[in-house]
Amino acid sequence: MSEVFFILIAAITIASAIWVVFSSNLIYSAVALLFTLFGVAGLYVFLYADFIAATQVVVYVGGILVLIIFGVMLTNKIADNRISHSSRPRFMAGVISFFIFVLVMTVIFTTTWHTGEEQIATATVNTIGEMILTTYLLPFEVASLVLLAALMGSALLSRKKHG
Amino acid sequence: MYQNFAPIIIFVTIGLLLAGALFIVQSLISPKFNKGGEKLATYECGEVPEGSAWIKFNIRFYVIALVFIIFDVEVIFLYPWAVVYKSLGLVAFVEMMIFLLILVAGFAYVWVKDDLNWVKLSVKYGKGRYSELAAKEESSP
Repeated sequence: MSEVFFILIAAITIASAIWVVFSSNLIYSAVALLFTLFGVAGLYVFLYADFIAATQVVVYVGGILVLIIFGVMLTNKIADNRISHSSRPRFMAGVISFFIFVLVMTVIFTTTWHTGEEQIATATVNTIGEMILTTYLLPFEVASLVLLAALMGSALLSRKKHG
Repeated sequence: MYQNFAPIIIFVTIGLLLAGALFIVQSLISPKFNKGGEKLATYECGEVPEGSAWIKFNIRFYVIALVFIIFDVEVIFLYPWAVVYKSLGLVAFVEMMIFLLILVAGFAYVWVKDDLNWVKLSVKYGKGRYSELAAKEESSP
């Protein structure tokens, strides 16, 4: 049963990723990216990484994608459809992509994958919550400082120079 | 653990089915031939539609989206905290308050520095439906 869902989610992810690349309209690409990112969140669930899946949905689908769409909408002449990405040197791109494909496939099929007993994993959020509040408290609080630096840096960079 | 995600699958399926059902219903009851012209025009509450819906956004949206993402990441840290809050009690509360306080300092920074203020339009009369009207009023007295 879960294999059916896995294949379904993987198919949605790959199909929408292909749509992202081949769509001639940037807005359509951004909308297709929604399904890709959501499908990746589904794949995380199959890796027993439920916290990462939640992060993927909240941060990437909810945040980064909105930022990408804003970035598209901020561009000049957005109504002009010719703004789409052109794929000119198709031959060279095809050759390079082919070699990367061969490389990845070689690695996949020559590596001896260690397959152990299937473990029945429970939800990881409890463990993560206990860890960040006890053992890894200092890195957790430092993460707050990192976020603070990112917030101030992005505000500073996006400000007009006179400030 | 998969069982925890069954409701999500059910919700997504119902959502897709509802959206698909609406498309099927509208294709069943809508007239089959298309005369074009006014029928294809965008419905803008009876006004004549003007320009594309894809306008250039104000740059301020981008700054606010950047600030939003920072707090989005903060919220994702609240999620495991909320799960174990009951078992850890007051210690967890104090630790999370320190975490939040540091980020509230960043929020205060962007607030004080006017990064959240809206940029006023510097264009005196933007090109639009009433731009000619405004120019006429300017010249008449």
